[in-house]
Amino acid sequence: MSREHILHKTRTALGRSVGQPPAPAPPARLRVPEVDPEARIDAFFRALEALAGKTHRAASPADACAYVAAVTGGKRAVASNAPFLRQCGVTSLPGVETGCTDRDALRAACAAAEFGITSADYALADTGTLVMLSSREEARLVSLLPPVHLAVVPREKILSGLDELLTVLPQPAELTSCMVLITGPSRTADIEQILVRGVHGPGEIHVVVV
Amino acid sequence: MATRVSLFVTCIVDQFFPQVGMSMVEVLERIGCQVEFPEAQTCCGQPAFNTGYREEARQVARHFLQVFRDAEYIVLPSGSCAAMIAHHFQELFQKEPKWLEEARRLEPRVWEFSKFLLEVAGIEDVGARFDGVVTFHDSCHGLRELGIKEGPRRLLSHVRGLTLREMDRAEECCGFGGTFSVKFPEVSGGMARTKIESIVQTGANFVVSIDASCLMQIRGALSRAGLPVGTMHLAEVLARQ
Amino acid sequence: MTALYQVNIQKTLGDPQLQSAVYAATGRLIDHRSKVVAPEILPDYQELRTQANLIKKHTVENLDYYLEQFEAQVKAHGGQVVYAREGAEVVDFLARLAKEKGARLIVKSKSMTTEEIELNERLEHHRLETVETDLGEYILQLAHQRPYHIVAPALHMTRYDVADVFSRRLGVESEVVPEKQTRIARNVLRQKFLAADIGVSGANFLVADSGAVVLVENEGNARLATTAPGIHVAVAGIEKIVPRAQDLVVFLKLLGRSATGQPLTVYTSFLSGPRRTGEIDGPDEFYVVLLDNGRTKVLADREKRQSLYCIRCGSCLNHCPVYRKIGGHNYPWVYSGPIGAIISPQFLGLTHDPWLPFASSLCGACAEVCPVKIEIPKLLLELRSEVNKNQRRGRRLERLAFRIWAWVMRHPRIYEMLVLAAASVIGNGESGQWLSRPPALLNRGPLRAWFSQRDLPPPGRSFRQMWRARTRATRG
Repeated sequence: MSREHILHKTRTALGRSVGQPPAPAPPARLRVPEVDPEARIDAFFRALEALAGKTHRAASPADACAYVAAVTGGKRAVASNAPFLRQCGVTSLPGVETGCTDRDALRAACAAAEFGITSADYALADTGTLVMLSSREEARLVSLLPPVHLAVVPREKILSGLDELLTVLPQPAELTSCMVLITGPSRTADIEQILVRGVHGPGEIHVVVV
Repeated sequence: MATRVSLFVTCIVDQFFPQVGMSMVEVLERIGCQVEFPEAQTCCGQPAFNTGYREEARQVARHFLQVFRDAEYIVLPSGSCAAMIAHHFQELFQKEPKWLEEARRLEPRVWEFSKFLLEVAGIEDVGARFDGVVTFHDSCHGLRELGIKEGPRRLLSHVRGLTLREMDRAEECCGFGGTFSVKFPEVSGGMARTKIESIVQTGANFVVSIDASCLMQIRGALSRAGLPVGTMHLAEVLARQ
Repeated sequence: MTALYQVNIQKTLGDPQLQSAVYAATGRLIDHRSKVVAPEILPDYQELRTQANLIKKHTVENLDYYLEQFEAQVKAHGGQVVYAREGAEVVDFLARLAKEKGARLIVKSKSMTTEEIELNERLEHHRLETVETDLGEYILQLAHQRPYHIVAPALHMTRYDVADVFSRRLGVESEVVPEKQTRIARNVLRQKFLAADIGVSGANFLVADSGAVVLVENEGNARLATTAPGIHVAVAGIEKIVPRAQDLVVFLKLLGRSATGQPLTVYTSFLSGPRRTGEIDGPDEFYVVLLDNGRTKVLADREKRQSLYCIRCGSCLNHCPVYRKIGGHNYPWVYSGPIGAIISPQFLGLTHDPWLPFASSLCGACAEVCPVKIEIPKLLLELRSEVNKNQRRGRRLERLAFRIWAWVMRHPRIYEMLVLAAASVIGNGESGQWLSRPPALLNRGPLRAWFSQRDLPPPGRSFRQMWRARTRATRG
């Protein structure tokens, strides 16, 4: 009822008829710059550090694991089911829970954990952003509930920026119900414009690039 | 052959700042123009247009178009009036093809004073001398509708003895806005006071602008506040020798 | 007789603390934006604006097609679309849904669209607890206040105001440190997120080719509100549609920068449908409510439909010298600043607040910074003309004055005579001294208004008199 009403009013307002095809859309504007892999990592780190994110360049998966271990110090952590984390040995660290596929159990674990450890599907160099698609490997809450988020990411995942992301992934909706771009720690300036970190999401974020 | 320039002084200059008009004449003649003043001129219609009285604005606009029909160059001391004539006349006459055509033909012949000097006469140094510290206010219509920003500063840079100090927030509106100034006097006055704060901070003795209406607002506020800063239209500065 | 809106404006102008807070906050947002759109930092800024305008124009002009495409895609991904003609239908839908699912608690992320339809207040009537989770909105909800600014809702409040609100409404000890205040809110709200049955969000963008809702935020509350509860309902105006996921590149590059000076906000979520098979968390049900509430009316106006391009960045507010003086609460509707000034008369009607389109000096700062290039001053001028036509009786005197004025301006000799006459009455000879008050008899209307704030130059000899004298002199 309301549907027909609104669509009808829309068409009348525009002088269009039912089923009329749209005018040709302006072509999508995507400009993917050439950026070599080393420069990508540098740019990514610089952008993230400017937002108070912490970064680490790992020479090897073992090095990445050591960094994570140093940060978590054995305290309670939830790791996502990303195979890369297992490959790095992160999932066997003391205090790390992983392998959970039950929604309620995962939520409870994330709510209680100090650290959430994930990998990432992509990273964006120009803005220091992590791109995470919800899947059986990566649950949404791991990078959201615990106060500290650690991401361990293979260097090949780093793209130059949004343009490249939507070039390699023009239809995220085909793959996932939730793609999130994470750019630094959670923050607000709602009170007197004073910057406060860690409002609802993690107040601290570490990205390890392997 | 000297360039024939038709002066449109604008109603505000005619009534309140006649010396601005005289200064324009001096400068234009100094650079070799032949200045005419079509005496039947009155107003561009902006007050009515801005207050939402389009029919009345059209009547005044038609009169303007008739008076300046044969002018080669129409030069005026106001960014807002220049924008009105060059752009908004065409909006007014959308439904009247004959007048729309006249308005279109007029557009390339309308010149705000500083733009005329720089882009038509091709002159940056008009041989002016003015010993003083000035600051410059960017009039909104000139800035945003006509792109007037660097031009007046270039002209001022050649004035011997003049020091230009930029104010903070030079592009912030002075609060005149035509009838806005009397429909919302407290807001307009508040905006003027913010502007004069910026001016006073520069320590300049004069504030210069390309639009007499801005100067009327700013000087009015300075005078009310008892501050010893004067206002000068760009033409007045350039006329000094 | 001073109208209420004038009284309120004067009150705001007379509050130095508020003036200072609003001016400083908007000033900071101006600076943040200018740093990240500078040509050295974002060389294609102007090109992006042009592209954004083109995409919005195309989408709005083919809106029915894209609405249907969006709907089909949402369904294809397991979600549902509900159309709502006005706020009451949104409330009814949510109330029915809550009843059906036995839901009691709703968490909300920041949405101006839901403010527009007063969703929270109306849901309270259905005994549904609705909690705002954006920090600024949460504070306002506790304080029973309307947002002051589209992007920074609690711009006008100090930490002491916040301390007061928290201690009164949450029963906590007065705390004035912002970090600690944020902690208090975080702890209270976390419990709400985890207990909530329904998460209601707005949408920054609706993506037609994906059936997706895009949410842009810094705190993480939108992510939590749309992940933790079992049901996600997004409420969005029909104009939020963009055609393709790839178009988001242009809009995401402009939104954060224009709003707060951030190349990207902390979280950008692209949500299409309930969780899929294999996904561990996420809502089981996903609804998008497409709201009209007057948008189709605006759509019908060829000149003014560009008002619908707005991506709610708030930049026009920050740069508006009038907003910076009168603040967000002096605007009649939830949308304030220049965008509020052009859409309020269109949505609420010309008679609602006929003064609003005139409360602008037409400086054009808004249009200069609008990421989608809405011609705000042009639309204000059109609205002024429409108000005058609509208010024939109220404007009789003013229209008469302009009719006379126009007649005078067409008769140069009469104009001259009047100028001479005025000069002799108001002026004070050649003393050149500026006037601080008009003659008593003339101290009313526009003259009185002018003199209330500033002095006037003394009208003396007119230019044409000088010109004639000069011509005579050079000839003679």
